[in-house]
Amino acid sequence: MAVKKRKKDLHFFERIYLVEIIKGLLLTLKHLFKPKFTLQYPEEKIEQAPSYRGRPVLVMDNGKERCVACGLCSRVCPALAIQVQASETEDEKERYPVLFEINMLRCIFCGFCEEVCPEEAIVMSKDYELVFTRYDDAIFGKDKLLVPVEKLKDRLEFVRTQMRK
Amino acid sequence: MVVLIPLAKIAIAISILLFIVTYLVYFERKISAWIQDRIGPNRVGPYGLLQSPADVLKLFFKEDIVPSAATKFVHSLAPVISLTVAMSTYAVIPFGPDIEIFGQKVRLIVADVDVGILFILAFASIGVYGLTLSGWASNNKYSLLGGLRSSAQMISYELSMGISVVGVLILAGSLRIYDIINSQQGWMWNAFIQPIGFITFVVAAFAETNRLPFDLPEAEPELVGGYHTEYSSLKFAMFFLAEYANMIIASCLITTLYLGGWHLPFIDSATLSYGLMPLISVMIFVAKVLFLLFFFIWVRWSIPRFRYDQLMNLGWKVMLPLSLLNLMWVALLVYFFKI
Repeated sequence: MAVKKRKKDLHFFERIYLVEIIKGLLLTLKHLFKPKFTLQYPEEKIEQAPSYRGRPVLVMDNGKERCVACGLCSRVCPALAIQVQASETEDEKERYPVLFEINMLRCIFCGFCEEVCPEEAIVMSKDYELVFTRYDDAIFGKDKLLVPVEKLKDRLEFVRTQMRK
Repeated sequence: MVVLIPLAKIAIAISILLFIVTYLVYFERKISAWIQDRIGPNRVGPYGLLQSPADVLKLFFKEDIVPSAATKFVHSLAPVISLTVAMSTYAVIPFGPDIEIFGQKVRLIVADVDVGILFILAFASIGVYGLTLSGWASNNKYSLLGGLRSSAQMISYELSMGISVVGVLILAGSLRIYDIINSQQGWMWNAFIQPIGFITFVVAAFAETNRLPFDLPEAEPELVGGYHTEYSSLKFAMFFLAEYANMIIASCLITTLYLGGWHLPFIDSATLSYGLMPLISVMIFVAKVLFLLFFFIWVRWSIPRFRYDQLMNLGWKVMLPLSLLNLMWVALLVYFFKI
């Protein structure tokens, strides 16, 4: 076998390995006592940043949804996950969704619905724990989608300032 | 009584061995996690202490798969060889000085053989058959490569291991492990008298136990699982058990041959009361063994694996001459200083 020339010749102590091995062992020993990075997930959770795109939710203002059922979100949704059915109401906004469903198995968390919404009525939340045991459970109706505006303050703030709507 | 005492010793030795192996696996996982800034198993039981029993239980319930192309008899025989050998080596390792129970003198050893060291070396050599046969019988190229590597590695390193041990034997003048330990009282530890022999023996012990810088027989990234690729369920558990049992034996051997067994320089048997001495001796021995076990794990998570040609170069061109050098050094010591 041809002897290859190294870029830098090792000196004696490097070549007998022992010194280098002890150095390596001391390094790992140092790590043995260092604080750990692991997050104990189900007990400890990360507080997500406002830019985090969790599951989309409907903003609830004074006990009612802001949504006017224009259907833009449903139109823009690339995964065809949103279904809206509009109806009339006595309120100022005149229209409201009778039915608003997001199929969470189809949703790809792109945030287009939030971007397109003229009323800031649908935003992405910080909720990422979505587990279903049946297909039916994965279709979220208004009961699961409506979230009080107080809980979505920082996301709404983020949408206004960072996304320059 | 003549039969009962050895039987009791065997029962105690095996149950302690199995217990230590179980928790050695746990500590291996814990220490590896700590070294990598992780937490490690902590879900099963308090601090994850029941993780190992859970693993064993899991292995019990797994399907035992034998490849259709395998040589079935040898395939089943190989793990048995590995485990039997690993466990029987335990018989000749003492873990404390003589004690008296109910007026009977009891030696803390299962079988006090005159040729203790030879017995261990011989059995360690048989252990290779387990790995090699498993590699061959699985009829799998990766297993075969692992088995071949293990036999090549064992042959290369057993030589330097044996020659290192000769240095110890010259000083002790006996093959009996009791005499070897008693020849290392005070500061006369073989690790200090023959440091080169100590290093070559420790390195060879790592190679013999297939622990990480030398774990070529299983080398996960290259050989899938090496010799135990085609093993599952309890057969796999037996290999696993054998590996850790071998680790314990290697630690015990290093302690008895080089680290003075249960002797500690500052503790003199004269200053302590007679009843307390055996207990402290056993504790010293166990502490040394535990430190070495930690060292084994520590090294595993610090040093990368050798390449096959590097392994052979190290074995034949470095370790063998070094152990011969050590032998000459010891011979000169004995010739000039009559130790």
